[in-house]
Amino acid sequence: MGIPGGGLAKGLAVTLRNLSRRAHTHQYPDHKPDLPPRSRGVIALLEENCTVCMLCARECPDWCIYIDSHKETVETPGAARARQRNMLDRFAIDFSLCMWCGICIEVCPFDALYWSPEFEFAEYDIRDLLHESDRLREWMWTVPPPPAHDPLGEPAKEVVAADRALAAQRAADAARDEADQIRGEF
Amino acid sequence: MTVWAELILRVIAALTAFLTLPLVVGQLEHKAMAHMQGRLGPMYAGAFHGWAQLIADGVKFVQKEEIVPADADRPVFRLAPAVSLLPYLFVFLVLPLGPNGLVAQPLEIGLFLVLAVVGVGVVGVLMAAWASANKYALLGGVRGAAQLLGYELPFVLSSASVAMAAGTLSLPGIVEAWRPWWLLWQAPAAFVFFVAGLAEIRRPPFDMPIAESELVAGYFTEYTGLRFAFFLLAEYAGIVVISGLTTVLFLGGWRGPFDDAHFGWLWTLLKVFAVAFVVIWVRVSFPRLREDQLQRFCWLVLVPLALAQLVLTAVVRVAL
Repeated sequence: MGIPGGGLAKGLAVTLRNLSRRAHTHQYPDHKPDLPPRSRGVIALLEENCTVCMLCARECPDWCIYIDSHKETVETPGAARARQRNMLDRFAIDFSLCMWCGICIEVCPFDALYWSPEFEFAEYDIRDLLHESDRLREWMWTVPPPPAHDPLGEPAKEVVAADRALAAQRAADAARDEADQIRGEF
Repeated sequence: MTVWAELILRVIAALTAFLTLPLVVGQLEHKAMAHMQGRLGPMYAGAFHGWAQLIADGVKFVQKEEIVPADADRPVFRLAPAVSLLPYLFVFLVLPLGPNGLVAQPLEIGLFLVLAVVGVGVVGVLMAAWASANKYALLGGVRGAAQLLGYELPFVLSSASVAMAAGTLSLPGIVEAWRPWWLLWQAPAAFVFFVAGLAEIRRPPFDMPIAESELVAGYFTEYTGLRFAFFLLAEYAGIVVISGLTTVLFLGGWRGPFDDAHFGWLWTLLKVFAVAFVVIWVRVSFPRLREDQLQRFCWLVLVPLALAQLVLTAVVRVAL
């Protein structure tokens, strides 16, 4: 039990302190939100990279990716027999079923699918949430470049290997220079 | 002829102040409360931080349908908002804004009139509650009557204290007689007056008659449209009136640190808005008082404090 009225004064002080602070509210849509780099807004398709391996459609837990393809014969000069290639006919994602898990993007071995931060694609009809390949391609222009590496993070394996080889090379050069110097003295 | 022209001009000025100052206080409440709660408050009406929100609210209320319950006592139901609002208009007529007669009507018994007409507010509350044919409105009204009757006593006693100190019931006269050291002398009376004033205008933590979580909206539960707007305007006008009275009676009115008579009206307005800010601040900070707590605080704390202040005022007055 402190001074009588101390609790009241503390309450007043708390509200006054809150008044002096800036509100965190941003007025969307007047103020665009500051999205983090790996925002999951909408899935974009880089059609040139797609080889119709069907991994994304198969791994999708909601079965909301629709892929159609046909095989074409490619005559290669000098080859014993003609080769067959899968040609993509249709690639559609039904965003009314999609749950934004990102498994399709992770499982794609050819980097044909990307996350775009665009999230404003609401429709008045749920059937319009089926995005065909042309629309998925349009999202591709909104995919941001990959974020820079963390300065404090672990360096890439390629960089480590290159540095190690360079250090070994320098050590060998130093040893050879020392041997030449000794031989020169005699 | 000039006397009548001057009189009409003063009344029109008081009416204009009556219509604009509550809107400014309402806007101040919206924004201050919002930022105390980590929100932005009105941002769209008027485009710059929503300065025209109260005007937009007025337009909205005018457009709404005025519903009268089937079992309501129609004439009493319709008159209640006016009875709640008019007392504050009458107070505006006698509140001095600055020196040299800058007041609508400098009555010699201004304080007496103020206390009398503020007491009429309880009639409006009871009319609204009884005529609504709603048990929650009736509960709110009876609570409001108990609260207003209880807090009228410390309200009057603290006013009597400052009137005794000044030796006059005229509000400009009280400001003229005011001395800076009265801030210490009349501090208990100022506290009692402010708290009782909060109860008179039924502001949190003294909003037991309204009590959204228990009684929907208390005595004006059944009111819609323009009548509801009148009750809302009465609430904000009440804030301005209580702030104005506190300023005139206890904070020296137009008296400022610099003895410049030209800016007296500015000092009065600054003090009024400062007190209004405290009213808003108190609303955000404190929860609602229960009925027994409310009455106990009135009769066991405020009334003895006001009586002790009266004794102190009388003693100092006789000694000087």
